[in-house]
Amino acid sequence: MHSSYTRGVYLMCIVLRMSISHTLLGLLEAGPRHGYDLKRAFDSHFGQDRALHYGQVYSTMSRLLKNGLVEVDAVEPGGGPERKRYAITDAGVTDVAAWLARPEKPEPYLQSLLYTKVVLALLTHRDADALLDVQRAEHLRLMRELTVRKTGGDLADQLICDHALFHLEADLRWLELTAARLDRLASEIRP
Amino acid sequence: MNPPHAAPALLTATDVHKTYGSTPALDGAGFTIRAGEIVAVMGPSGSGKSTLLHCLSGIVPPDSGTIHYAGHDLGALSDAERSALRRTDFGFVFQFGQLVPELTCTENVALPLRLTGVPRKEAERRATEWLTRLEVQDVRHHRPGQISGGQGQRVAVARALVNDPRVLFADEPTGALDSLNGERVMQLLVAAAQETGTAVVLVTHESRVAAYSHREVVVRDGRARDMAGAA
Ligand SMILES: Nc1ncnc2c1ncn2[C@@H]1O[C@H](COP(=O)(O)OP(=O)(O)OP(=O)(O)O)[C@@H](O)[C@H]1O
Ligand SMILES: [Mg+2]
Repeated sequence: MHSSYTRGVYLMCIVLRMSISHTLLGLLEAGPRHGYDLKRAFDSHFGQDRALHYGQVYSTMSRLLKNGLVEVDAVEPGGGPERKRYAITDAGVTDVAAWLARPEKPEPYLQSLLYTKVVLALLTHRDADALLDVQRAEHLRLMRELTVRKTGGDLADQLICDHALFHLEADLRWLELTAARLDRLASEIRP
Repeated sequence: MNPPHAAPALLTATDVHKTYGSTPALDGAGFTIRAGEIVAVMGPSGSGKSTLLHCLSGIVPPDSGTIHYAGHDLGALSDAERSALRRTDFGFVFQFGQLVPELTCTENVALPLRLTGVPRKEAERRATEWLTRLEVQDVRHHRPGQISGGQGQRVAVARALVNDPRVLFADEPTGALDSLNGERVMQLLVAAAQETGTAVVLVTHESRVAAYSHREVVVRDGRARDMAGAA
């Protein structure tokens, strides 16, 4: 019990770290920004319960630079990391597109990541409806698997599968509600 | 629950339009189901799910577009031929209010057989078999007003399957039931349909019910979208 909880939290940290680099990359797609400007944009869209540290921005940027997903497009006189202006590269745009198009593995703690993806799809003028549809299909695929397992299983299987099914159902409702509210969300985040 | 991939299309709708007054209920909908396949039809309220089911089953004629069933163009059949087809080849389950209140459960389930000329004794014997299969044999002599909603839905499923239809149309079959009863009705419905090779068009807004299907189709604004393409 304890170790599976720990594993869950550990996984969540990985998910968050991976999503931060994609999120910053997605924000850069809208236009080049300085590090402090990136942090401000991140915090205003996604920072409700997790404001970024400057350190995270700079360590993420240096990793993205190394991987060729961003480049420094201007340096203001004076030097220091806070003087660099970052721009997304073509490889970076491809990376954001692939990330947005790929459904997430349905699991707990997913909601904030899906929310981030929807907002970024809207900010970068991609098809947010399609993103939600792909995720919806992925959730239902897993629900189908669990239903087959439940139908053939004993009571313990049934109870365990039902628990997962009710949680996935809640996720799906959120996906549907979000799909129905996309126009409103779009007008709020890009006035 | 293996989807019968190899089976040919049994029922197909192509570019179906249907307008009620000034409301476009279906706006170029397409749909295909194979023999033995279970397809969930999902989508927001008012998107056209029930209208699609009514067009597919020949209850409502579309304004334009075609419905093909096992080699027949439904639109080219006479009303009498379409009704006959519905009696012999299709079964229906709705959300509620579908049993004849004056008849016992056995008589209700036997009704579709009686309408196609099966003698009373034989019809009631087969009806009892189906009631047993759906675990409601104990209420076979009761009338619909004397049984619970969950029992009523099981009787309705028995009645829909008693004449061995090739397609079962189910519109929110568990919509009025609690989780446990809804699950049980779905399990019994799916098991029975799979055993007899009946295709099921399952309209539902509940994902846990849709999870009993092989595949789902989402209707939005009168257009059906096959989600297999999205994944
Ligand atoms: N007999 C009718 N007369 C007039 N309008 C109708 C009729 N049947 C359906 N409509 C309209 O057509 C549209 C689609 O209705 P339909 O019943 O197919 O939706 P639905 O997807 O089944 O919704 P729900 O999930 O609420 O059952 C709606 O706008 C509805 O008001
Ligand atoms: Mg309906």
